[in-house]
Amino acid sequence: MTPALEMRGISKTFPGVRALVDVQLQAWGGEVLALMGENGAGKSTLMKILSGAYQADPGGEIRVEGQRLDITGPQVAKAAGIAIIYQELALAPNLTVAENIHLGSELTRAGGRLDRRAMNEAVRPLLARLGTPFGPETLVNTLSIAEQQLVEIARALHRQSRILVLDEPTTALSARETERLFALIRQLRTEGIALIYISHRMAEVYELADRVTVLRDGSYVGTLDRDALSAEAIVRMMVGRDLSSFYTKTHDPDAVRGDVVMEVENLTDGGRIRPCSFTLHKGEVLGVAGLVGAGRTELARLIYGADRKAGGSVRVEGTPVSINRPKDALDHGIAYLTEDRKGLGLFLDMSCGTNINMGVIGRDAGAGGRLNLSRARERATRAFQSLRVRAASPIVQVGSLSGGNQQKVLLARLLETGPKVLILDEPTRGVDIGAKSEIYRIIDELARKGLGVLVISSDLPEIVGICDRVIVMREGHIAGEVGGTTGTPINQQNVMIHAAGMAA
Amino acid sequence: MSDATNPTSATAPSSPGTSANTAGTPPPAGAGLSARQVQIRSLVQAAGMLPVLILLAIGFHVLGGHRFLSAQNLSIVAQQASINCVLGAGMTFVILTGGIDLSVGSILAASAMGALIVSLMGGLSWLAIPACLAVGLLIGLVNGSLVAFVKLPPFIVTLGTLTAVRGLARLMGADNTVFNPQLSYAWIGNDGINLLGFTIPWLAIIAIAVIVASWYVLRRTVLGVRIYAVGGNPAAARLSGINVPVVLMFVYALSGLLAGLGGVMSSARLYAANGLQLGQSYELDAIAAVILGGTSFVGGIGSIWGTLIGALIIAVLSNGLILVGVSDIWQFIVKGLVIIGAVALDRFRQGSGTRT
Repeated sequence: MTPALEMRGISKTFPGVRALVDVQLQAWGGEVLALMGENGAGKSTLMKILSGAYQADPGGEIRVEGQRLDITGPQVAKAAGIAIIYQELALAPNLTVAENIHLGSELTRAGGRLDRRAMNEAVRPLLARLGTPFGPETLVNTLSIAEQQLVEIARALHRQSRILVLDEPTTALSARETERLFALIRQLRTEGIALIYISHRMAEVYELADRVTVLRDGSYVGTLDRDALSAEAIVRMMVGRDLSSFYTKTHDPDAVRGDVVMEVENLTDGGRIRPCSFTLHKGEVLGVAGLVGAGRTELARLIYGADRKAGGSVRVEGTPVSINRPKDALDHGIAYLTEDRKGLGLFLDMSCGTNINMGVIGRDAGAGGRLNLSRARERATRAFQSLRVRAASPIVQVGSLSGGNQQKVLLARLLETGPKVLILDEPTRGVDIGAKSEIYRIIDELARKGLGVLVISSDLPEIVGICDRVIVMREGHIAGEVGGTTGTPINQQNVMIHAAGMAA
Repeated sequence: MSDATNPTSATAPSSPGTSANTAGTPPPAGAGLSARQVQIRSLVQAAGMLPVLILLAIGFHVLGGHRFLSAQNLSIVAQQASINCVLGAGMTFVILTGGIDLSVGSILAASAMGALIVSLMGGLSWLAIPACLAVGLLIGLVNGSLVAFVKLPPFIVTLGTLTAVRGLARLMGADNTVFNPQLSYAWIGNDGINLLGFTIPWLAIIAIAVIVASWYVLRRTVLGVRIYAVGGNPAAARLSGINVPVVLMFVYALSGLLAGLGGVMSSARLYAANGLQLGQSYELDAIAAVILGGTSFVGGIGSIWGTLIGALIIAVLSNGLILVGVSDIWQFIVKGLVIIGAVALDRFRQGSGTRT
């Protein structure tokens, strides 16, 4: 039997960087191969070579069903039955499902007129096979992200693809949508398709993968079979060392009974977010858990003044504060780390130093708004040291850093404002494992210094690992609380009970 | 690149050749550049179109019978470049925020009309320059409030004021040329300071002063950093506590004010203003200067020095083509092609990663 896909000795050199060195990969029909590695390990480069977006250095070999294949461009890969579904979906939103599936191979009648009916009929059985809730005439921009993903998968199957790569497909999906996707992946596996599944999430890999291939720093580390899978083994392979203390929790556990730093009372946007109340103590790490779409980010943005509130109040250290825009929140010592680092957080074209100082340049400035450049330099250098930002110097453009280091730069900007309350929205999203552990250490240190830290996270082990107390949101309100003084211990099960609405 | 002139570059701890690697694990592939690489890159960007300018000057000198680089001609070039320089400076601020100001030519005409009319009012004639600047500032504030508070697209807003203010300028003089042979501030447009035998025109001095002041605001003040921030990522700017509407208001008001200053300069030169003809398509020259200077149309990237060089290139082209004896019609064609060619060359030189 031959593997559906075999890549051997694949190297890729960019000017100045060896992105891949002698990497191999084998995927068999009827199995799910998980491809893991930290950010920058070379997963996407490898997949781009497979898709024809990049050309590998000479010397490597790619075989599809045993046949040697020279992938010189995307068309070659497509013709060989290779389909890649990226995180950013590539659909034309203003066209129908059937038109999207046929994009580039439209069915026409005489004179080049589109034959919509034939296209719809051609797609119908395929959609039935996938069990989609929508028909071929549906406009793509009326579909949810999960449904659009189905369209992409349908398009791949329509092209008779035998090798299907899914690049972090669950990032934007809710738990229920993820389950549905997994069921579909299993179905495709029984149909004999070779699936390559790229993900950071250990739980997903456990659930789906028949084998796991791990890359590190552009090199092939090894492949684990299903019966040898364990979180420790995978992490060790990804990081190259043991992570004895992945989570850090050395701050005072009694903080949950200490002084209150922020009180939120009946805060609501008049719509999705129903009145929410909670308190945050000094030196406490308070988790905000819940399913995607439960309203956690929206609540955080209300507190921070990023969105307009319809009612409710916020008190900082007992004093009522009026927050109508982000600047008000910062002035009252509330800082917010956005979940969308690149879109809403960083100024990617600017240097790390400028990014770090963005929140305080006004405060540091001299007469007439003159910049205090030496102070800015001091702040940046100090932040680089204390947060261990890995970049040559603060004048480097922040856009050129890895996700983890970008996150540290953004965090440094918030910390420079000297906040009393820190709201961290998905602080370790898109961050590699090594940097994750460092961010946990930083959060712990901040709590030790007496900051109230609110951590919004979809990563349950993370919530359990670093929080003193957890409030759980569901459908726009606070559905429950675990840990702290409630008597219920913080564990994944107790959090999920509230998140899913199963509490009595 | 926003640090092209930031002194941080000079003193920051740099580790040429090795990337900082303190914690033992190698940084992921492609994680940042060394400090030296950053410095070289910003130097290349700052130099920008300077080589093109120098080549053009030398070329015209050789082709034009060695007249181009004479002191007298250079003084003419400086005068020709100066108004565009002032408009281009305002345009740089606007484009850095990701906007555009199409109305500067019309504002220049309207404010010059205002200046001439006031200058003829006997006892009030000393108010001519303040009136001129005030007209510019006022229209700039209108642009700014429509963009910042009503949140209309800058292109649409300033396209509207381009047309409306042009009409206003014609209305002010009842569609006639207003002429004042005793214009009190005519020295601005026609005199200069004598320095070591060269006469440096006041127009050029004003232009340089505007460029230097713009540099100071952009690179040395909080406002400047915020302008770059708003252009680079407006959503992040808001979340980091920047009052985005105020920043937008400022750049359009400044662009209007500088267009008013352009009105002072051009009416001083002519002793007259005409609502129909004055400043026609000046906005296009100003935009061309900014683009030649390497400022990104998306916002957040660019420098005022680039705009200076861009304005000089345009002036050198106009002047040089006349010296070489190219007809008026061909001047347009050549100018357009040079603008496209120069920017294409720049893009090619900096690699495909650059944004426009």
